Amino acid sequence: MATEENFLTIKDVSTAFKINGQYYDAISHINLTVHHDEILALVGESGCGKSTLATTIMGLHDPEETRISGVVDFEGTNLLQLDEDGYNQFRGAKIGMIFQDPLSALNPLKRVEDQIQEVLDYHTTLSTAAKHDRVMELLDQVGIVNPPLTARQYPHELSGGMRQRVIIAIAIACKPDLIIADEPTTALDVTIQAQILDVLRSIQAENHAGIILITHDLGVVAETADRVAVMYAGQIVESGSAEQIFNTPKHPYTRSLLRSMPQRNNESDDLYVIQGNVPSLRRLPTTGDRFASRIPWVPASEHEATPTMHEVAPGHEVRCTCYRNFTFPDEKGSDHV
Amino acid sequence: MSLIEIHDLKVHYPIRSGFWNRVTDSVKAVDGISFNIEAGETYGLVGESGSGKSTTGKSVVGLEKVTSGQIIYQGQDITRPATRRRLHYNQDVQMIFQDSLSSLNPRKRIEDIIAEPLRNFDHLSKDDEKLRVLQLLDIVGLDADALYKYPHQFSGGQRQRIGVARAVATNPKLIIADEPVSALDLSVQAQVLNFMKQIQQEFGISYLFISHDLGVVRHMCNNIAIMHKGRLVELGTREDIYHHPLHLYTKRLLAAIPETNVNQRVAHRATRQAVERAYQDQQTRYYDADGAPFPLVAVSPTHFVALPADFAKSLAHAEEEVQA
Repeated sequence: MATEENFLTIKDVSTAFKINGQYYDAISHINLTVHHDEILALVGESGCGKSTLATTIMGLHDPEETRISGVVDFEGTNLLQLDEDGYNQFRGAKIGMIFQDPLSALNPLKRVEDQIQEVLDYHTTLSTAAKHDRVMELLDQVGIVNPPLTARQYPHELSGGMRQRVIIAIAIACKPDLIIADEPTTALDVTIQAQILDVLRSIQAENHAGIILITHDLGVVAETADRVAVMYAGQIVESGSAEQIFNTPKHPYTRSLLRSMPQRNNESDDLYVIQGNVPSLRRLPTTGDRFASRIPWVPASEHEATPTMHEVAPGHEVRCTCYRNFTFPDEKGSDHV
Repeated sequence: MSLIEIHDLKVHYPIRSGFWNRVTDSVKAVDGISFNIEAGETYGLVGESGSGKSTTGKSVVGLEKVTSGQIIYQGQDITRPATRRRLHYNQDVQMIFQDSLSSLNPRKRIEDIIAEPLRNFDHLSKDDEKLRVLQLLDIVGLDADALYKYPHQFSGGQRQRIGVARAVATNPKLIIADEPVSALDLSVQAQVLNFMKQIQQEFGISYLFISHDLGVVRHMCNNIAIMHKGRLVELGTREDIYHHPLHLYTKRLLAAIPETNVNQRVAHRATRQAVERAYQDQQTRYYDADGAPFPLVAVSPTHFVALPADFAKSLAHAEEEVQA
């Protein structure tokens, strides 16, 4: 049943990749909690480490090439301590994952029914007839109009939206407590995207699951998420409820992103452009605020030497002190358009 | 006079089957569309995947064989390759592609990539060519040391700007931009869009901006055409399309744009689902017996919608009353 307790707690997790014999942090010191009955959105641009965090939770990294530290506490078990067999008890059963590209995530040689049933074969002891019923039920739950027909089809016979629904059906087959959705709608049309988000939301309500929604699309976040964590260069720079992040954004990065959205801008105005580039993994600054080089007009005294998270309101945290007096160079005061 | 007039453009792909491999049917990728692009404006062509918007773009550049219809440029129909050559059409109309990595040759240096259209058309001396390439790089905000690098050494936004530099190399009058920013991150997208606007003002370039993202299209385009099933369902100014949409398909697309105001998301979701239901229920009123959109009728000098004339009129009337 649904509880207010955190069933997933991520404590001080860092993942480093080996490049030419040296380890470089892709994500560093991530702290996050996920509750039942909520959608937590992880937002950030490509390369910020949001997918790395997902694959770290799922244990999909090659231990030879990565160095992972910290604790991922899932209902009392530290997932990072598990071996491959131990992990397999969680993956697919208690944690489901939805991938970005539905075509490459499905086996092209297997019928839809067999692919969904595969999960049930591994994790349940249902009879063949019960499994078949469950597959129909799942297809119906994800909004497929004619489950018996779709169950017999191959992935190439389905549209992009249908494929993504099948992926969701596989992910929720064993009623997982946690669903990680990595860019689930990026490859889809807007109208299909809206439908898929509706499906995700209804499944979350039915199963009391917690969902981690990874996306770069702030529109999707504003429409779907309960809580939001904004990531930049491997760190969480701001986290809070969706209202807090969109109505009273604090961190310069969050505010810059919101300002560069065409939807929030006047038609004739130029869009806001963040100066500089995202530093590559090997060139990440080791000390100080990682965002400092993108806002060069802010004096160094505004930044912390070792930026930490500061609580600005209940549940709303911001990294570094530079947010306090932050203004954009072309204005004085607020950035509300 | 418009820069380009497109009259009843059709692109059909034959389906062959049977023992003699005869043409038995055809896929109507583009099925009779007409619109005009004015000089110096950005024309938005919006549609979902499979609507035929990219095929339209390709046939305007001349990459796609047109089944029937005309594309009028300087008073002549350029669907014939001979006419295209005579009018220097291939020089005046360039293209920017969606995927910047696959549209740049990985084995060529940036210098050669940008100089390629110059070598085809302008035949400059070596020194002049280099000067021009440097000038182009400067326009798109890249340093001179980019000259000797390869495409993989750049970020996505930089690569897209190289694509733009290549497109403007021949001083074109029209650039077809097929989803130019949909592969880019938000902050990089802003950079490329600003930059496209800037060179438009500087050089008076027109764009045919093909996109599925209605937020970006609103920001960029003065006139917009909505495409569905190979036909246009609605055509009008930005104001017409975003504030007075008439066709249910347009309303559905607009309702599917995620609401960025968190406080209104519940209301927005309800509206979207109501529009979606209406779209499923009222197919027969908005589409003809074959499920294809009707021909366009005018409801105002700028605003056209693909509906039977009396239905369109009554909708427009109802819309006016709501506004008043």
